[in-house]
Amino acid sequence: MGRYTVRRLIQMVFVFFGVTLIIYAAVWALPGDPIRALSGNRPMSESTINSLREQFHLNDPFYMQYLTYIGNLLRGDLGTDFSGRSVAQQMGSRWPVTINLALMALLFEAVFGIALGTIAAVRGKVTDYVILFFSISIISLPVFVLAYMGQILLGVKAGIFPVSGINEGWLSYILPGFILATTGMASVARLVRSSVLENLKADYTRTAHAKGLSNFRVLTRHVLRNSLIPAVTFLAIDLGYLMGGAIVIEGVFNLPGIGQLLFRSTAAQEGAVVVGVASLLVLIFLLTNLLVDLLYGVLDPRIGYE
Amino acid sequence: MTIAPGTNSTELLSVKNLRVDFFIRKKPIHIVKDVSLTIKANETLVVLGESGSGKSVTSLAVMGLLGSSGAQVTAGEIHFEGVDLLALPANERRKYRGAKISMIFQDALSALNPVQKVGKQILEVIQEHSDLNRQDAHKRVLELMDRVRIPNPAVRFHDFPHQFSGGMRQRIMIAMALAMNPSLLIADEPTTALDVTVQAQIMQLLVDLQRQHHMGLMLITHDLKVAAEVADQIVVMYAGRVVESAPADALYRAPAHPYTAGLLASTPTAQDKGTMLKSIPGTPPSPANAPAGCPFNPRCPRARDICRVEEPPLVSIPGGRTSACHFWEEVLLDETK
Amino acid sequence: MSDHVLSDNPTIVPVVEPMNDLTTQSSLARDAWNDMRRNPVFLLSASVVLLMLVMAVWPGLFAGWFGSGDPRQCDLAVSNNGPAPGHPFGFDTQGCDVYANVIHGASASISVGLLVTLFCFVLAVVLGSISGFFGGWYDAVISRISDVFFGFPFLLGALILLTSFSERSIWTVSFVLALLGWPTLARLMRSTVKSVIDVDYVLAARGLGASNWRIITRHILPNAVTPVIVLSTLNIGAFIVAEATLTFLGVGLQYPAISWGLQLSAAQSSFTVSPHLLIFPSLFLGVTVVSFVLLGDVVRDAFDPKLR
Repeated sequence: MGRYTVRRLIQMVFVFFGVTLIIYAAVWALPGDPIRALSGNRPMSESTINSLREQFHLNDPFYMQYLTYIGNLLRGDLGTDFSGRSVAQQMGSRWPVTINLALMALLFEAVFGIALGTIAAVRGKVTDYVILFFSISIISLPVFVLAYMGQILLGVKAGIFPVSGINEGWLSYILPGFILATTGMASVARLVRSSVLENLKADYTRTAHAKGLSNFRVLTRHVLRNSLIPAVTFLAIDLGYLMGGAIVIEGVFNLPGIGQLLFRSTAAQEGAVVVGVASLLVLIFLLTNLLVDLLYGVLDPRIGYE
Repeated sequence: MTIAPGTNSTELLSVKNLRVDFFIRKKPIHIVKDVSLTIKANETLVVLGESGSGKSVTSLAVMGLLGSSGAQVTAGEIHFEGVDLLALPANERRKYRGAKISMIFQDALSALNPVQKVGKQILEVIQEHSDLNRQDAHKRVLELMDRVRIPNPAVRFHDFPHQFSGGMRQRIMIAMALAMNPSLLIADEPTTALDVTVQAQIMQLLVDLQRQHHMGLMLITHDLKVAAEVADQIVVMYAGRVVESAPADALYRAPAHPYTAGLLASTPTAQDKGTMLKSIPGTPPSPANAPAGCPFNPRCPRARDICRVEEPPLVSIPGGRTSACHFWEEVLLDETK
Repeated sequence: MSDHVLSDNPTIVPVVEPMNDLTTQSSLARDAWNDMRRNPVFLLSASVVLLMLVMAVWPGLFAGWFGSGDPRQCDLAVSNNGPAPGHPFGFDTQGCDVYANVIHGASASISVGLLVTLFCFVLAVVLGSISGFFGGWYDAVISRISDVFFGFPFLLGALILLTSFSERSIWTVSFVLALLGWPTLARLMRSTVKSVIDVDYVLAARGLGASNWRIITRHILPNAVTPVIVLSTLNIGAFIVAEATLTFLGVGLQYPAISWGLQLSAAQSSFTVSPHLLIFPSLFLGVTVVSFVLLGDVVRDAFDPKLR
């Protein structure tokens, strides 16, 4: 197990460099001069432009730029944006918002997803079809459409949940978190449903009945314990989707999180911010994937590591 | 193996005219038709037959485990220790399972919960049916594991099914089944998936445990050799019906049904070396396509016109036997060695 | 199968060919088709998909049913007005007929979905087979490359990569999405190829001296590719939705293209007072995607040997 972890860590480092290189290239190696593009909004003198170019190493060859960036990154220095504001600081203040949002979404996904999936599997055909219908409809609509619908129906018209900002504490996260969770919820429900259906027919389920256990006990102690494995690993992997979805949700619900920061700086072509935020998000994504792989071995004792 | 003298030989299990149907689009398909058998305390009954003969379904019906398969008992009676099992409400019936009547299955790997420690799986039976506290129950589990000859029980309690060999896994199933000292143990092909040497060990274990626990044993198998070694009584099933029943010795000496005769003849012995392997031509019918008349008639070397038209009733014949063949006397005569 | 070689000598000499496993594969396909044919869900979703495809290729067939059918015939005077005679879906912010726009939008949106799926499929099949069959260095290199693209959270990666293009056509958007989507499919292909390689009939073919090429095309590919096809079908809907979301974020298709994503994106500011701007494109998008997803589900269940 230890050797496996080490191997995966090495692979992770390699992938991290690969991805950040591509991100860096996509952001900075564009034809055109980002500084001049900036000066389209705020007139700058030639000398200012030149000093800015020096400051951001834009005159250096590309590979040098990248290596300098990585060097700084490893020292924890994420640089500044074009107005001199620290990238790290901007991220620091927005970070908790996104985490709260993601956790809320994960909670909804887990609870509702597992519940709905199990119900669909053990109750009659009608319930099954209804739940299936809703799951499929939900994953067929883009998340921002669901967000707007949620805003209108549950926020504005019914006045139940706050629709904007984080002024009302954790309440503010309920509606955005729920909407963000919808796609994952539907997938978890489908995963759990098919898993439960399969496991209900398994030999060991028959043995559990043969031991005289009640239906409830058989379901919870045996069937679910085996059925949840794919759902749990999905939930952990889903973090990647949540990161992307957060960008949209934070935009629609006006939550000052990392996603909103990323979106705004992409639009404003603030390269340093984009690269900083993206690199960090990718790092988290890779780490969670690694954790999921290791987690899988814990959940299912049959998995051995070569 | 003979019944020990002086044992109380009351009827433990009595199955009468059992019919189990499977419904496809509301039409019933008979999987088990008019099956009757009895087991006395301490007795070993072997239910012999090929796959598709309905032998497993019969045992599942006795246990009340037909639910998930979609099949239902549509006629007949099942009495256990005098109680009519089919008349019991579901949660009453549940109390018998694992405590009074236990069952072990063929493939121990798939029959055990892969993500639960084996010790816990045995513990579960005890916790369900008794009030023992945790420590006592745990001790009992270790005792059981020892009884079924699993080495180092204290350590292996915490292992998972895939960490054991096939034979060991079957022992775990047996431990689970015997935890509450049931009066009847049903074993559905317990050794079919195992190597020959391991088969012998497990069968020996079952026999020993039966003697120690004074249990009735219903062994389901297609293996004549195994049956020969442990059976007191044998019931032969074909196409969902009982075609013959007899005490083991009598059956082997002189079968009273062409199917049994064919089974016995197809088991090669050393004397047969150099000759063609004998087999019964054809295959058993599927429940949906049972032939008219006697279900065995398409494959029977003695089939005559009446066999294709009239289904032979199961009749009692001398020696405490039964046979479902129009011409049982001829068979008996020909086969008596 | 056997050929009979008749010579002058009346004795017939049978020549036996090794069992062609493509018959097993095609009989699985035939069984699957028979199952699907009778499944009402399949019939319904396949019909809708077909309808949408027709709409995408010949929008003119449907657009002219009410009014002029020209999505670019706009009149600012009727900006954001609701449904009216001849204009069942109302008008958008520019005063253009929403119905005509929704019909024409099918083309771009569905094209992206199909193109991405196609690119991913081709990349995955080729790279996955090479990786799985040849192993060694090929596998190592391809796997590392796919790891890198795998390391991009989908929307995040798309956002950043697409920003670097100033002109985004259907082809560029599809290309970027495919770049992020192929690793999953390739991994699946690789693992199915690896599992098929060990199967007895491949070993048998090898034993009979079949060349690598023959083994790949006639034995491995037909069997390994089925799960990949199934997953691809399931993905089509997801990619259509992805395009809409990316366009909403401003990095997808651009004006003057017409797509549902663009329409939904434009509806942001005014949908509270003019809900029809949100409802109709959403409806068409939703129905299309649901049909693709259902179709994918039915295909998957039909081809699943465990459900036989």
